Amino acid sequence: MADLSVNFAGIKAPNPFWLASAPPTNSGYQIIKAFEAGWGGAVWKTLGVPTINVSSRYGAVNYGNTRMAGFNNIELISDRPLVDNLREMEEVKKHFPDHAVIASLMVDTREQWIQIIKDVENAGADGIELNFGCPHGMCERGMGSAVGQDPVVLKTIVEWVMDAAKIPVITKLSPNISHITDPGLAAAQGGTDAISLVNTFKSIVGIDLDSFAPYPVVDGKGSNGGYCGPAVKPIALNMVKELAQHKDINHLPISGIGGIETWRDAVEFILLGATSLQVCTAAMHYGFGIVREMEAGLTKFMDERGYNTIYDFAGKALPNVTEWKNLNLKYNVKAEINEDKCVGCDLCYIACDDGAHQAIALPLDGSRIPSIIEENCVGCNLCSLVCPVEDCITMVRTDDGKEKVTWQELTDKDEIPNTFNDARAGGNGHYVPEPSKALKIK
Amino acid sequence: MAEYKRPTTQEEFDKNFKLKKPLMNDTEAFYESSRCLFCYDAPCVQACPTSIDIPLFIKQISTKNVEGAAKTIYDSNWLGNACGTVCPTDVLCVGSCVYNHQDVQPLQIGRLQNYATKNVINSDKQLYKPRKDNGKKVAIIGSGPAGIACASELRLLGFEVTIYEAKEKPSGLTVYGIAPYKITNEEVLDEVQYLQNQLGFTIKYSSPISNKAQLELLERTHDAIFLGLGIGATASLKMEGENLENVIGAVEFVEELRMKQHLIEVPNKVIVLGGGNTAMDAASEMARLGAEKVYLAYRRAKEDMGAYSFEYDLAVSAGVEGLFNCSPIEIVGDGTKVTGVKFIKTSTKHGILRPLEDTEFILDCDMVIKATGQAKQKIFTDLIDDLELDRKSRIIVDEKNNQTTNPKYFAGGDIINGGAEVVNAVYDGKLAAKGIHQWLTK
Ligand SMILES: Cc1cc2nc3c(=O)[nH]c(=O)nc-3n(C[C@H](O)[C@H](O)[C@H](O)COP(=O)(O)OP(=O)(O)OC[C@H]3O[C@@H](n4cnc5c(N)ncnc54)[C@H](O)[C@@H]3O)c2cc1C
Ligand SMILES: Cc1cc2nc3c(=O)[nH]c(=O)nc-3n(C[C@H](O)[C@H](O)[C@H](O)COP(=O)(O)O)c2cc1C
Ligand code: SF4
Ligand code: SF4
Ligand code: SF4
Repeated sequence: MADLSVNFAGIKAPNPFWLASAPPTNSGYQIIKAFEAGWGGAVWKTLGVPTINVSSRYGAVNYGNTRMAGFNNIELISDRPLVDNLREMEEVKKHFPDHAVIASLMVDTREQWIQIIKDVENAGADGIELNFGCPHGMCERGMGSAVGQDPVVLKTIVEWVMDAAKIPVITKLSPNISHITDPGLAAAQGGTDAISLVNTFKSIVGIDLDSFAPYPVVDGKGSNGGYCGPAVKPIALNMVKELAQHKDINHLPISGIGGIETWRDAVEFILLGATSLQVCTAAMHYGFGIVREMEAGLTKFMDERGYNTIYDFAGKALPNVTEWKNLNLKYNVKAEINEDKCVGCDLCYIACDDGAHQAIALPLDGSRIPSIIEENCVGCNLCSLVCPVEDCITMVRTDDGKEKVTWQELTDKDEIPNTFNDARAGGNGHYVPEPSKALKIK
Repeated sequence: MAEYKRPTTQEEFDKNFKLKKPLMNDTEAFYESSRCLFCYDAPCVQACPTSIDIPLFIKQISTKNVEGAAKTIYDSNWLGNACGTVCPTDVLCVGSCVYNHQDVQPLQIGRLQNYATKNVINSDKQLYKPRKDNGKKVAIIGSGPAGIACASELRLLGFEVTIYEAKEKPSGLTVYGIAPYKITNEEVLDEVQYLQNQLGFTIKYSSPISNKAQLELLERTHDAIFLGLGIGATASLKMEGENLENVIGAVEFVEELRMKQHLIEVPNKVIVLGGGNTAMDAASEMARLGAEKVYLAYRRAKEDMGAYSFEYDLAVSAGVEGLFNCSPIEIVGDGTKVTGVKFIKTSTKHGILRPLEDTEFILDCDMVIKATGQAKQKIFTDLIDDLELDRKSRIIVDEKNNQTTNPKYFAGGDIINGGAEVVNAVYDGKLAAKGIHQWLTK
């Protein structure tokens, strides 16, 4: 049976499922409840300077009947007194010595950093996470993402912290930046023990059409919030990959965060190099019980493939994430429709005809079961993505797999097409209907 | 006029007895599972006698961990597949789904359950391994749902288990009693075989335990005994004419139906006596067999019937006609065969049933099915020393562990509840196994 335990930069936990620093880790009560439910660790709601929170704090993007596909907030760091948090942290550690309790911190001056690190070490924290991510409120005061967006300042603060801390330090990055490797590198150079990412994305989840104010509305106004939840997972995954592939950063363990809700999400983050996982939105949506699904699924995945620990497969997808120029230009797939499964919605037809390559034909007999025009199909996948029936449209490989050529190889051999007339140029042989065919009155 | 044509081939039989809850396909399972809200302390779980973690297994289906879903189900319920189709879900899990409160279709929990369990049964996926032999032996009498559940759990705990079964097939009333449009024989037997493959309990068929000497032998050679005999044959009405030809008990009729299927003989006019679920089943089944006229006669009012209203509706939709406040007083015949039933009309005042004077009438028929209750296993239970029964001849057990008043004996299923559902028997079997384990290891 798989052993889910992790040793993350010296922070040990019974499993890689940790609660991210956020409302679910606001108090000792919640963290103990979470550990009882099966979570392996918790990053305490960010502690630091006194704050005041507004009422009306969260907004959401509902997609169809799916609530909270995306989630945003305009909440600040912990507004509870530091002494209360420290006392509760000590109590949690007393009850759960083997679970990871990590103190997320955000303060301003060097003196403040040194003091608060001492405080949380005394309270028994297993590690520290530096919150350089909060994209609202705190950044207006020169903290949070204001630091995360300035690699020089970030590096300096990491150095202060490394100087003072006796326990492992994780630097949590803000994704609100063009190149995540810039702050990643700064953190590495500052000497951090590990990196976690992502914090929330600057966002407006919607506008109230009556008051013309962005959600969440506070007395007729709103502010940009921090976006997270399932909708941000793809961007978070890419950022994790960027760091995990960077030669001057990838010696550091990475804690993956952003839209993790199911065992599949967890496995994906691990495959891209994360060795601990942090979750906020899923716990806020479904409560701590959601960890049952993740833990059972991860265990089954590992048992099935004979992985004993998560380190056996961590990063295994990284060699397969390459640059576009290294992709095989000879690889070819075409859509295939399973007529027995097709329900005749014709979404594939209209998606292809209006949105792609005019490679699907409607039947003349009125049966509504469309067919693929093979010679026009470029293998874009669109029809298979819109089809509402499981495994109805499949993409089938049509090349024999023997030939392989990449853009890079063509470039190296000076064989890339230079003009559109060049027979080697793409798109040349593709069928496109005459524009006038689209006229309603011909 | 009969709604159904008399089936003369297996094919026609299958058509008339079409499964009410057919297996979901992947697309249906995907959409249906995505709808579950993952309620906290979910009402559906509270309504399930075996407390299956329903939101978890549904979430597992939606994240394509179908085997994990099956494991979640079997962890709580050893006959997860049978229960998915035969449970009266409308009054249990499905009836409690929160969607009902907004008039939205509730989750089809039973069918989702089957989607998961069928998957592992078909692939014969090993989900469990018996624990190391603990050197203790348990005998189980009866291989109905209670006995099978008890055996499975005991094997998991490392006991050696032998089941003694009077008939040639396992599963008790699930295979001999439940209506064929709920579950097929094959499906019932497949699940037992699947459990046996993994857990390896022995079933001795055609091995009724019926005398003191046999019981004493079992007592000497086993550390504990589980009684899962169910209840007996249809009880006598103690009414004139009961011994005429073609006056049969409902349980006996259903058994014949399940075994002979389309080869069973079908009368023209049938009167079913009773107001419970068994009466509804027998009437429905007769209608589906193409009997020209099926009456369901109950001595009290429609509202007083013990049957679930959806079972009555089902019978009516199959063409059954209900007669209420008609109490049978004599079964009439031509000396050998039944020709009708003499009824008297009744009324109920303050809960007391009163015959109405001068209202007797005779309804012609060529078959009478008595669905007026089953006899208890009193002859058998009298063989066991110190075994206490309640005033309805049900074995008294300690509800914490299902131990009887003779500590070596545990019991569960219909024999302790007087006739409930499969799911209750499954729960009892598991509880008793845990009770036996605790009792023998303390
Ligand atoms: C007509 C009918 C329809 C039903 N429909 C449904 C339904 O739709 N859904 C539902 O959930 N439940 C239904 N039930 C109820 C359900 O079948 C029972 O509650 C359940 O089968 C009880 O399980 P059990 O293990 O206690 O007993 P049983 O299923 O009765 O099993 C007892 C077993 O013990 C064996 N046995 C008996 N005596 C001896 C002996 N002396 N020695 C050895 N073996 C012996 C029997 O042969 C049998 O195999 C129905 C019942 C009937 C009668
Ligand atoms: C309401 C709310 C408050 C948050 N507060 C903090 C915080 O105090 N410190 C911090 O580092 N991150 C904070 N976050 C960000 C989360 O820790 C996490 O990085 C982010 O939500 C992405 O994960 P998710 O998609 O699982 O929600 C907060 C997020 C939310 C939704
Ligand atoms: S979840 Fe609802 S009840 Fe609870 S604090 Fe927020 S607004 Fe209030
Ligand atoms: S999208 Fe799928 S179901 Fe709809 S018409 Fe195309 S193949 Fe058929
Ligand atoms: S009550 Fe309905 S929606 Fe809620 S968990 Fe159960 S099945 Fe899902």
